[in-house]
Amino acid sequence: MARTSSSSPSSSSITKDAQDLLRALWSAYSATPTNLKIIDLYVAFAVFTALLQVVYMALVGTFPFNSFLSGVLSCVGTAVLAVCLRIQVNKENKEFKDLAPERAFADFVLCNVVLHLVIINFLG
Amino acid sequence: MAATDAQTSLRHAFGNVLAFFILILIGVLAFSIRLFSVIKYESVIHEFDPYFNYRVTQFLTKNGIYDFWNWFDDRTWYPLGRVIGGTVYPGLTLTAGTLWWILNSLNIPLSVETVCVFTAPIFSAFASWATYLLTKEVKGPGAGLTAAVLLAMVPSYISRSVAGSYDNEAVAIFALIFTFYLYIKTLNTGSLFYATLNSIAYFYMVCSWGGYTFIINLIPMHALLCIVTGRYSSRLYIAYAPLIVLGTLLAALVPVVGFNAVMTSEHFASFLVFILIHVVALVYYIKGILSPKMFKVAVALVVSGGLAVCFAMIAVLVAMVASSPTMGWSGRSLSLLDPTYASKYIPIIASVSEHQPPTWPSYFMDINVLAFLVPAGIIACFSPLSDASSFVILYIVTSVYFSGVMVRLMLVLAPAACILSGIALSQAFDVFTRSIKLQLPSLSIDSPVDAGDGSSESVVPDDTVKTDKTEDTQKERTSKKSRSRKSSSESVEKPSSKSQIKKRLSVLPLETSIIAIVLLVLLGAFYVVHSVWAAAEAYSAPSIVLTSHSHDGLHVFDDFREAYAWLSHNTEVDDKVASWWDYGYQTTAMANRTVIVDNNTWNNTHIATVGTAMSSPEKAAWEIFHSLDVKYVLVVFGGLVGYPSDDINKFLWMVRIGGGVFPHIKEPDYLRDGQYRIDNMATPTMLNCLMYKLSYYRFVETDGKAFDRVRRTEIGKKHFKLTHFEEVFTTHHWMVRIYKLKPPKNRIRGKTKKSKSKANPKTVSKRKELKRNPF
Repeated sequence: MARTSSSSPSSSSITKDAQDLLRALWSAYSATPTNLKIIDLYVAFAVFTALLQVVYMALVGTFPFNSFLSGVLSCVGTAVLAVCLRIQVNKENKEFKDLAPERAFADFVLCNVVLHLVIINFLG
Repeated sequence: MAATDAQTSLRHAFGNVLAFFILILIGVLAFSIRLFSVIKYESVIHEFDPYFNYRVTQFLTKNGIYDFWNWFDDRTWYPLGRVIGGTVYPGLTLTAGTLWWILNSLNIPLSVETVCVFTAPIFSAFASWATYLLTKEVKGPGAGLTAAVLLAMVPSYISRSVAGSYDNEAVAIFALIFTFYLYIKTLNTGSLFYATLNSIAYFYMVCSWGGYTFIINLIPMHALLCIVTGRYSSRLYIAYAPLIVLGTLLAALVPVVGFNAVMTSEHFASFLVFILIHVVALVYYIKGILSPKMFKVAVALVVSGGLAVCFAMIAVLVAMVASSPTMGWSGRSLSLLDPTYASKYIPIIASVSEHQPPTWPSYFMDINVLAFLVPAGIIACFSPLSDASSFVILYIVTSVYFSGVMVRLMLVLAPAACILSGIALSQAFDVFTRSIKLQLPSLSIDSPVDAGDGSSESVVPDDTVKTDKTEDTQKERTSKKSRSRKSSSESVEKPSSKSQIKKRLSVLPLETSIIAIVLLVLLGAFYVVHSVWAAAEAYSAPSIVLTSHSHDGLHVFDDFREAYAWLSHNTEVDDKVASWWDYGYQTTAMANRTVIVDNNTWNNTHIATVGTAMSSPEKAAWEIFHSLDVKYVLVVFGGLVGYPSDDINKFLWMVRIGGGVFPHIKEPDYLRDGQYRIDNMATPTMLNCLMYKLSYYRFVETDGKAFDRVRRTEIGKKHFKLTHFEEVFTTHHWMVRIYKLKPPKNRIRGKTKKSKSKANPKTVSKRKELKRNPF
C-alpha cells in the first residue's frame, strides 16, 4: 500500500522512507516470539481463506447464502478469536499479566467450540 | 497492619453475606410487587398480545418444538394464514415452555397458563439481579444494590411485567440488562469466556424481542466512542470483535431475523465499527513495535493511501444501503429515527397507542423521582470516567431519545434510569455518611491514623466490598495519564495521607449531611409509595376484566370473556369472525375461531379491507365480508358503561387505514368541520356506516334517549333497522356485540329493489376488484 502512494514530487525520498519503514517493521516483527508468529500465520491463513471465499462468491454467486455466510464468518471468527488469544498471551501486553496462558487457551477453545457449533447449525 | 487486614477481610465477608441476603430480598420484592393483579383480579393472561403468546406456548407444550417451528396457523389472517414459526420471536415462548416442562418433569403439575402468568414476575427478579451485576461493574456493589432495588419497583417496568402480562418485553428486559452486563464485564476483564457468554446472552435477546437492534447499535456506538476519545484498549477489542461475529451468526439462526442480520441497515453500524476496530487495532500494534520516529513516517505514508481505501469502502457501503428499499430500514426503525415518519406513511404503526410519543406526565408516572436523580448519576459517572461508566452514559442518552419517540420504549429507559439513580443515590449516601463519620469524635479516636482509609471502607455495610479493589480497577479504566499517576502513587504510602486530607476537605457540615440523608430517605420513600400505588392501581388491570367503583359498590365487567365463550359454544368450529384487528389474538385464543386480521399487523391491505368494510354502508360491507367468508362480526361498544377504548373511538383509524388502500373511503366524509362526532350533527356517511349501525343498533332501547356515556352525547340516529346483519348476541353490559351475516337472498322481490341492485353491482364489482388484489 505504501509503495503505490508515491505520486508526490519527492518520490525518491518517499520510497526511501518506505524501504526504511519496511525494514524497521521487519526487524521489529522478527523479534516477536515464535508462538506468536505461529498464531499470526494462523490468522493470516484464516483471513486468506475468507478472502478466497468472497472471491468465489463474486464469481459463482451467493445462492446458498447461509453456506457462504457461515463459511466466511467461520474464517473471520477464527481469525478474530486467534487475535484475541494473541493479545492475551502476548507477554509484552501489560494488561493481561495476571492471565495464565493456559486459561487464555481454554477460553479460546471454548469460544471456538461455540462458534463452530453455531456454524454447523447454520450451514444448512 | 495484619490486624486491620483481618478486620477488612472480615468486613468483606460480612458485606458479601449481607449483599447476598439483600439481593434475595430484592428478588422477592420484585416478584411480589407484581402479584397485585393476581390478588385483585385473578390469575389470567392480560391484554392482547399475551393471548397470542399463550396460545403459541400451548401449542409448543402440546406438540413439541419441531411442530412449533413448522407451525402454519390457519386460524388467523383468513384466507392467508400465518407461518408462526418463522414470524414470531420465540424467546418468551421457549422460556415458558421450558419452565413448564421442567416443573412437570419434577412432578409439579402446573397448568401452562399458570406458568405463563408468572413468567414475567420471575424474570423481573432476574432483571433486578442483572441490574445489580451491571451497576456493580460500573460503580461498585453499593450502587449496584441501590439500582437493583430501584429497578425491582420502577413503574415503567412494572407496567409491562405484572403477573399475567405475558409479553416479549417481560423476558427481554432481563436479556437486555444481562447482555449489557456481560459486555461491561468483558470490557473490564478482557476475558474471552465472558465474550462467549455475552454473545449467548445476545442470542437470547434476539430470540426474545425486536428491540435487540438497540443493543447491536448501542455497543458499536460505545466502541466508536472509546476509539474516538482515545480509550481504545485490547480489552475493547476482545469485548467487541467476537461479539459481532458470534452474535451475527447466532442472530441469523433465529428464523424471524434470518438473513436480516447481515442484510438490513440496522446491523450495518456494527460491521462498520468492526472494520474500524481492526484498523485501529493494527495501528496500535504497529505503534507498539515501532520507534516513534518510524511511526511518524508510517503514518504519513499510510494516511495518503489509507484515505483512498476508506473512501472507496464508504462509497460501496452507501451504495449498498441506498440500493435496498426504504434505505434498508424497516418502518418501525425509521419511525424511531424520524418521529414523524409513521404518522406520514404508515397509519398502522401510528394507530397503536403505545407507539405515540409520550407526554411529560407519563415520564413522572413511569420513572417518578428517578427523572430527577438521573442527572446527578450522569455527573457521578464522569468522576472518574471509565469505559463502563461511559457506556452507561451513552445508554441513558440514547434511551432518553428513544423514549421520547415512542411510549413503549420508556421501558428501555427505565433500567438506565435505575442504574444512574442508583449510582447517584449511593454516591450521595457515601459522601454524607463519610462526613458524618469523620465528625463523630468517638470513631475518629478509635483509629486516628487510619481514619481516612477506614471511613472509605466502612461507610455503609453494603459498600464494604467496594473498597480498594474496585476503586483500583476503576482507576485502571481511566485514561493512561491517570494510570501512570496511579502507578507512581502506588509505590509510596504517602498518597493515602494526602487523600485523607482531601477527604477531610470535602467533608460537609454535620447538620447538613444529616438533613440531606433524611431528605434522600424521604425521596426514596416517596418513590416506594408511588411505585406500590402504580403496581396496585394503575398497571395491574388485566383489561379483559374491568372493574369500576361507584357509590353502590364494585362493578365487574367480564363481557369480553362472556362474548368469547358464547362464540366458542354457539358457533361452528370453522366459522370466521371479523372484528377490528385489536381483538384478533383474543378471539383465536379464547374463542378458538378463525379471524380475518389480528394484532400481528403484517398485511396492511388485509386490515384495510376490514377497515373499509367497517366504514362502508351496510350492503357494501356485507359484500366485502361475504367475499371473505365471514359468518360473524364482532364489535366492541363502550357507550353503555363508559368504556373509552371501544371501536367507535378507534373508528377514525379504520377509516384512515382503509382509505390508505381503498381511496373511495375518505376521512373528511366522516368528519363534520374537522370534528369527529356521532350526535345529530354527524355526517350522513358516518351515520350510515357499518360500525355506527352495529354499535348503536337497538341502543335507544336501553334508556330511551340513547345517551352515549363515552362521547357524552345523545347519538344522531336512534331508530334504524339492519338489513344485512342480524344481532345474535350482546353481552351483559353491551360491551361486545356479535352480529351474524344474513344469508344471501334467493330472489329479489319488487321492481324498485331490482333497479337498485342493478345499479349497485357496478360499484360492488369494482370494489370486489380492488378487494381481490391482496389475495
